[in-house]
Amino acid sequence: MFKLTQDRNAKGTPLAKVVMQTLNDVMDHDDKVVFLEADLAGASNSRLIEKAHPDRFIQMGIAEANMVGTAAGLSVEGFKPFIHTFGPFASRRVYDQIYLSGAYAHNTVNVYGSDPGFTVAANGGTHTTFEDVALYRAMPTAVICDGADAVQTEWIVREFAKLKGVHYLRANRKDVRNIYEPGSTFELGKGNVVKEGKDVLIITAGQLLADALDAAERLEEEGISAEVVDMFTIKPLDVDLVLSEAKGKKAIVSFENHSIIGGLGSAVAEVLAENTVAVPFRRIGVKDQFGQVGTADWLQKEFGLTADDLIATVKELLK
Amino acid sequence: MDKAELKEVKLLATKIRKDVMEMLRHRGYGHLGGSLSIVELMAVLYGKVLHVDPKNPQMEDRDMVVLSKGHCGPAWYSALAEKGYFEKEKLMTLNDGGTMLPSHPDRTKTPGVDMTTGSLGQGTSSAAGIAYGQRLKGSKRFTYLIVGDGELNEGQCWEAFMFIAAKKLSNCIVFIDNNKRQLDGYTADVLYPFDYAEKMKAFGFNLVQTVKGDDIEAIYEAILKAQNNTDGANCIILDTIKGQGVKFFEELKDNHSVKFSTDELKKAADDAIAELAKEIEEEER
Ligand SMILES: Cc1ncc(C[n+]2csc(CCOP(=O)(O)OP(=O)(O)O)c2C)c(N)n1
Ligand SMILES: [Mg+2]
Repeated sequence: MFKLTQDRNAKGTPLAKVVMQTLNDVMDHDDKVVFLEADLAGASNSRLIEKAHPDRFIQMGIAEANMVGTAAGLSVEGFKPFIHTFGPFASRRVYDQIYLSGAYAHNTVNVYGSDPGFTVAANGGTHTTFEDVALYRAMPTAVICDGADAVQTEWIVREFAKLKGVHYLRANRKDVRNIYEPGSTFELGKGNVVKEGKDVLIITAGQLLADALDAAERLEEEGISAEVVDMFTIKPLDVDLVLSEAKGKKAIVSFENHSIIGGLGSAVAEVLAENTVAVPFRRIGVKDQFGQVGTADWLQKEFGLTADDLIATVKELLK
Repeated sequence: MDKAELKEVKLLATKIRKDVMEMLRHRGYGHLGGSLSIVELMAVLYGKVLHVDPKNPQMEDRDMVVLSKGHCGPAWYSALAEKGYFEKEKLMTLNDGGTMLPSHPDRTKTPGVDMTTGSLGQGTSSAAGIAYGQRLKGSKRFTYLIVGDGELNEGQCWEAFMFIAAKKLSNCIVFIDNNKRQLDGYTADVLYPFDYAEKMKAFGFNLVQTVKGDDIEAIYEAILKAQNNTDGANCIILDTIKGQGVKFFEELKDNHSVKFSTDELKKAADDAIAELAKEIEEEER
């Protein structure tokens, strides 16, 4: 059960810190959990794990492919590995290792790919991941979550630690706006209707959820009733929820910090098309473009991923 | 290198160092340590070695540079600006939205940048390919590859080195910036590297030289020697200091990526810039 926060403008603990503190706590209670880092402890806060659990903190150096393979080997030995690196190196760079040594071999590897999409900011185009969801979606059995805020991100880490298989968490390293009250719980593979509405259905995930709620409230002021779904588990997709909430809507929009090719919007489109849901539909996301450098705010605007962009698309669809 | 030439290259190095400090101070953060450790190398390359034309960056049959440790772009951009590839004012646009100077080098954005890098390890293979292409075209030009010591953790570097050695790509001159540190601390603590020179020799490099990375004449001599060794692969290990040339930042514990968030750090940067400006004035006299 989840409860929404009273103050959506307040930000929580930085998400990288949330991941590492949670993981550290999990490791306090489960000696099978190990953590692997590829020379980014200084960037991810995992030094706290290194201090508390020096034996199960494994410093791999700048060798992501080797990190994934090593994690798979640890899984063979019955350990539950978590690994961290920046999004592009946690997906593109190690795809064959995570695919074969991980998923195909039925091993457990929990991946935190940090700073997805526009949250890359100063690290720029080479470090931008607009395709990590597409890659992990195409990997049989892989589970993908996009953390909307600190509360949900903590929940996701605790959940991953209980499960076998390949799990991918994409989340900003920095602090993001709060959505949920502490203590909220979720269900893996089940989306949350965080705001009800009659006219339009907005399906989103990750930190864009806050922008989607802003947009929905502003649409409400203009007499457009918008429903917002937090699809924090992008795979497996909550097909039933997509179909039940699509019923009776005049428009459906997906809204994601990712390419429109292969991500949440694609997943939703597949469900709608295969179930003959003939409602005006748009995917808002990155339109087959490479990333670039800039502040996160500037990039969010540049790639058309703001509440304003969402509002404009909704209105256009309802015309 | 005669005295006048040495003076000139030394002056260029001081200017590059000051530019790097100014860029990062202006931006408020950046990859300081590794940018400063290659300042002298950049000054030797751009001041004395490279066959390039700043007015015609795409000149046919030029020497090529690949900065595989791409996060140190600011050092490269400073050298390029000092050589006139673009106006020096552009340096202050580092990481701005729409800039031609992104944190990591981009061959589609910056004149003089021959290859896009930033994902560590990848530049080593690109450099090998460029050098191979030069040889196929019958060119006498060189490819200068700059690799970080932490970057050597990446297996791809060693795949590239095997290839460079096996194919006897003597025109690909490999510089290892041995500044002893990476992001999480000392390379010796992160992943003990053993002996780089022994490793490179074992991988088939037939001329492996180690020089002080702030010694302009020594770097230049080593490059000349490498250029003349056409029997096999060439490696020059630069014994450098992360943060080289600015004492405060050499001694700073976390000097990989510095955020000028405290008054102490801001003052240290400002003092360094003033000090370097004074040096330039004296050297220009
Ligand atoms: C494939 C990849 N993994 C991780 C990073 C993040 N990263 C950037 S710089 C750096 C440390 C580099 O150390 P080193 O090569 O020694 O560079 P220098 O000391 O010269 O700054 C890391 C881990 C990256 N850019 N690419
Ligand atoms: Mg180094």
